[in-house]
Amino acid sequence: MSALTDLTIAEARDGLAARQFSARELAEAHIAAMAAARPLNAFLVETPERALAMAAQSDARLARGAALPMEGMPLAIKDLFCTEGVLTTAGSRILDGFMPPYESTVTAKLWQAGAVLLGKVNMDEFAMGSSTATCAHGPVENPWRRPGDNRPLVPGGSSGGSAAAVAARAAIAATGTDTGGSIRQPASFCGIVGLKPTYGRCSRWGIVAFASSLDQAGPMTRSVRDAAIMLKAMSGHDPKDSTSAPVAVPDFEAALTGEIKGLRIGIPREYRLDGMPGEIEALWQRGIEWIKDAGAEPVEISLKLTKYALPAYYIIAPAEASSNLARYDGVRFGLRVPGRSLDEMYENTRAAGFGAEVRRRVLIGTYVLSAGYYDAYYLKAQQVRTLIARDFAAAFERCDALLTPTAPSAAFAIGEKQDDPIAMYLNDVFTVPVNLAGLPGLSVPAGLSAEELPLGLQVIGRAFDEATVLRVGGVIESAAGFTAKPAIPPGGD
Amino acid sequence: MAELIQGRTGAWEAVIGLEVHAQVVSRAKLFSGAATAFGAEPNTQVSTVDAAFPGMLPVINRHCVEQAVKTGLGLNAEINLVSVFDRKNYFYADLPPGYQISQYTRPIVGKGKIVLDMPDGSSREIGITRLHLEQDAGKSLHDQHPTLTYVDLNRAGVALMEIVSEPDLRSAEEAGAYIRKLRSILRYLGTCDGNMEEGSLRCDCNVSVRKPGGPLGTRCEIKNVNSVRFVMQAIEHEARRQIEVIEEGGTVEQETRLFDAGRGVTRPMRSKEEAHDYRYFPDPDLLPLTLEWDWVEALRRSLPELPDAKKARFIAEYKLSPQDAGVLVGEQASADYFETVARGRDPKLAANWVMVELYGVLNRLSLGIEQSPVSAEALGGLLDLIRDGTISGRLAKEVFAAMVETGKGAAAIVEERGLKQVTDSGAIEGVIESVLAAQADKVAEYRAGKEKLFGFFVGQVMKATQGKANPALLNELLRKKLAG
Repeated sequence: MSALTDLTIAEARDGLAARQFSARELAEAHIAAMAAARPLNAFLVETPERALAMAAQSDARLARGAALPMEGMPLAIKDLFCTEGVLTTAGSRILDGFMPPYESTVTAKLWQAGAVLLGKVNMDEFAMGSSTATCAHGPVENPWRRPGDNRPLVPGGSSGGSAAAVAARAAIAATGTDTGGSIRQPASFCGIVGLKPTYGRCSRWGIVAFASSLDQAGPMTRSVRDAAIMLKAMSGHDPKDSTSAPVAVPDFEAALTGEIKGLRIGIPREYRLDGMPGEIEALWQRGIEWIKDAGAEPVEISLKLTKYALPAYYIIAPAEASSNLARYDGVRFGLRVPGRSLDEMYENTRAAGFGAEVRRRVLIGTYVLSAGYYDAYYLKAQQVRTLIARDFAAAFERCDALLTPTAPSAAFAIGEKQDDPIAMYLNDVFTVPVNLAGLPGLSVPAGLSAEELPLGLQVIGRAFDEATVLRVGGVIESAAGFTAKPAIPPGGD
Repeated sequence: MAELIQGRTGAWEAVIGLEVHAQVVSRAKLFSGAATAFGAEPNTQVSTVDAAFPGMLPVINRHCVEQAVKTGLGLNAEINLVSVFDRKNYFYADLPPGYQISQYTRPIVGKGKIVLDMPDGSSREIGITRLHLEQDAGKSLHDQHPTLTYVDLNRAGVALMEIVSEPDLRSAEEAGAYIRKLRSILRYLGTCDGNMEEGSLRCDCNVSVRKPGGPLGTRCEIKNVNSVRFVMQAIEHEARRQIEVIEEGGTVEQETRLFDAGRGVTRPMRSKEEAHDYRYFPDPDLLPLTLEWDWVEALRRSLPELPDAKKARFIAEYKLSPQDAGVLVGEQASADYFETVARGRDPKLAANWVMVELYGVLNRLSLGIEQSPVSAEALGGLLDLIRDGTISGRLAKEVFAAMVETGKGAAAIVEERGLKQVTDSGAIEGVIESVLAAQADKVAEYRAGKEKLFGFFVGQVMKATQGKANPALLNELLRKKLAG
C-alpha cells in the first residue's frame, strides 16, 4: 500500500470503508506531511488539534456505518474562506488577527460532508495575483523544481498555497477560488486538477470578496474523480448568496463514464497565441489526439473577442475590488493605524495594510469607475463581457466542450515577472474569458515541459454542465497518464 | 396661484423640489435580518452584514420591496418590473462597507403624482420623479468623548424610500402641504410611520428663485431637514437669501447647505472638498430585482382607500364640505373615527362633534385620536341621546365633558346625574305655570307686545328644570300659555 498521503480522495474513501486505516491515521499522516512541507510556506495556520477532533468524529461515524461523502478527508482551506474561530486574513496584513465569528457556506458544507480541516493556506493578497508571491506572509514555493536548478519556482496563483499543499501531499485536497484563473493556473503549475465551477454553483457567502461577479470557489485535487466528489460536497443553492443558482446538484462522479464518443470538442483558434512556447502548442495537439482517439470530434471554432478578455477583466475585476475592499478601513476589525483625523486613519491603515498589487488594483478600479471615465472603461468592459459570453454561447451551439491550454507557460521562478504586471497578467490569458462568461473550466495535468515541469490542459463547458467537463477531463487524465511527482519532502530528491 | 416673494426689484417666484427619505415600516433591515426598532441600545441591532464583515452578502428583504411598490401605487406611479441596485461609494466611519446600496439609474418606481389641497380650497398636482430603495447609514456620535467619535450601527442598513418630487412646488406653504400629504399617504399605506422626530421622515430641499415665468435659477440643496415647520422655514429663508444675493448683484452658487434650526437660517456645509464622486456601479452581489406583473396587480387591488378617494367619498356620501372632508381624511384614524360616529346618524352633526368638540379636547390634552378618551362608539351613543330627545344639545356638551373626565358612557352619565330631559308635557306645564304666576308683570309686558321677553321665560323655565326641559316642547307649551 502506498503512503496514506499519496492517496486520492476516492482511494482514501475505499480504504476507510474497508477499515485499512482510520480517519485518525489519515489525519496524522497529513499533519506530519504538513509539518514537513513548512519550507514551502503553504500553510498560514495549522490546526492539528481540530483535525484530530474532526477525524475522531469521522471514525465514530465510520464505526456506525454512517460515513459521509467526504468522510475523514484532510483538507487545506484557502485563507479567503472565513473559518469560524480560525484566523482568516485573505493573505493580507489588513486582516491581522481577524477571527471570523462565522463559517463560510462552502467550508460548512465540507465539514457537514465529513471533511477534516488541516489548516489555512497562503494565497496572493486578496486573491490578486498569479504567483502567490504577493502575500503579506511571504511567497509560497512550488514543490516542483527544474532538474539541476535549485531556484524555487512559483506555484501559480492566487490559490498557490492550495496547489502547493496538494501537490506536496500535505493535504489530500484543497479549496481554491478562481476569479480569473486562480484555481486552474496554479493547478497547471503544480501538476494537479483544479476546477472552477459555473458562476453561481458554489455559494460565495463567507468568502472574502475580490470581484463579486467573477469569484467562484472550487476543488483542487489530485484526480478528476476527486474533483467530482469534492465539487458535489461544495455545491448547492444558498439563500444567503443572491447570486447562487437555485439549480440541482447532479452526481458528478457518476458522470465519469470515460465515454466521450460522438462529443464535439471545440478548439478555439484564437488561443493559438503569437510567441506561445512550442511545447504548449504540442501539448494541446496531443490533447486533441487523445480526445479523437476516444471517439470525440474536434471542431475548430472561433472566439473572436478573446484578445479583449484580459483588458476587460482588468477593468471589471479591479472596479469591483476597489469597492469590495473599502470595508477594510480600520474601524471595525483587522488592522488599525491611528491618525489625527478619520481620513488620516484611513490612509495610514490602508497604506500599511495593503500590499503593492492590491493598492495598484484599488487605484485602477477607482479610476475606471470615476465620473467621466465610467463610460469609456467600466461600461465598455461590461459590453465586451456580454459579447464574450455570446461568443461562447455560439460556440456551444456547435460543440459540447472546449479544449485549450490552461496557461501559456510552465511555472516560473520566484521573482520573475514580479516587476512586470502585464507579463504577470498574461498568465491568465486562457482562463480569464471563462470567468467573464461565468462558465465551468477544469485544468487537468497533461504532461511535462522540456524543463520537466507540469503543464495542464483546460476543458471548458456550458454553464452548469460540469458533468461533461469532468467526463472529458477524465478521458484526458487517463490518456495523459500523468504520474510524475515533485520531490517529497520538498527540496529533497 | 402660489404666493410670490417681493424683493427690491420686484416679485420673485421660488422653484422647489423635495427629496424625502422615508423609513420603510419593516421589522428587518433592507438586506439583513437585524431588527429596526427605534431607541434600542447602541449597536444591539447590527448583523455581520450591516457591519460589513468580510464575505458577508446582502439579501433583499421582500417585505421592503412590497412596501416600496405599495407606496409607488399609492402615488399613482409607474412600477418598474425590473430595477437595479447600485453601489454609491464613499468612505465614512458610519458606513461600514464603504458604499451605500441604492438605486441609481433604474429605480423601482418611476413617475407619479400627488394632489395638494390648498387652504383656499384650490388643488395643485405635484409630479413625483421617482422612488427608489436604499440603505440608511449608521450614526456618528461626536459628543460622547472629547477626541473620539462613537459609531452606532443600529440604523445602518435600515430600508429607506427616497421619494423625489419634480420641481413643481412654488412656495414654502406648498412644500409643507406636500410633505403633510405625502406623510398622510404613507401612513394610510402603512409603509412609513412618518415620524419626523424619530427621523423616519427626512427631507432634502432643492430651492432656486426666478422672475415669474423666467428661466430657472441656480439651485441650492438644503440637506436633512427634519420637521415640516423647519422645511418651510428653511425654504423661506433660502429663497429670500438667494433673492438678496441676486439683487445685490451677486450670483447664487450651486451648493449644499444646512438648516440651522436654532437661528432659522441656512448656511453652506463646511468643506467644499467633500464634493464626492460616488462611483456608482451595479452591485454585483445582487441580481436585478424583477417583479411579477400579477403580484403588483394583486398589491394594487389590496391597497386601502387613500385620502383623495376618501375625501371624494365623504363629500358625496356624507354631503360634507370639501374643507371638512379634507380635515377628516388627513389621518386614517380620524377618518375611521368619523365614519364610526356617522354610521346611521346625521353625518354633519357627527363631523361637527368630531372636529369641534373632540379635536378641542384632543388638542387640549395633546393626544392623538388613537388615544382619545372617548371612543367613536361612545360619541355615537351621545349623539343618539341627542337625537332621541333624551338630552338637549346644550346638555350634551356637559355630558361629553363628563365622558372625557370619567371615561363613562353618555347614558350612564345622564342617568347618574339625572340629566334626562323632561318630555312630560304636564310637568313642564306645571313649571311654566308657576314661572308665569311669579312673573305676572313680565307676562303683561309680553302680552302688550314686548315679544323679546319670550327668551326670558324660556330661561326661567330651564333654570327651574335645571336645563332638563325639552326645548322644543318647552317652546311649544310656553307659546300656548302666553297666548292663552
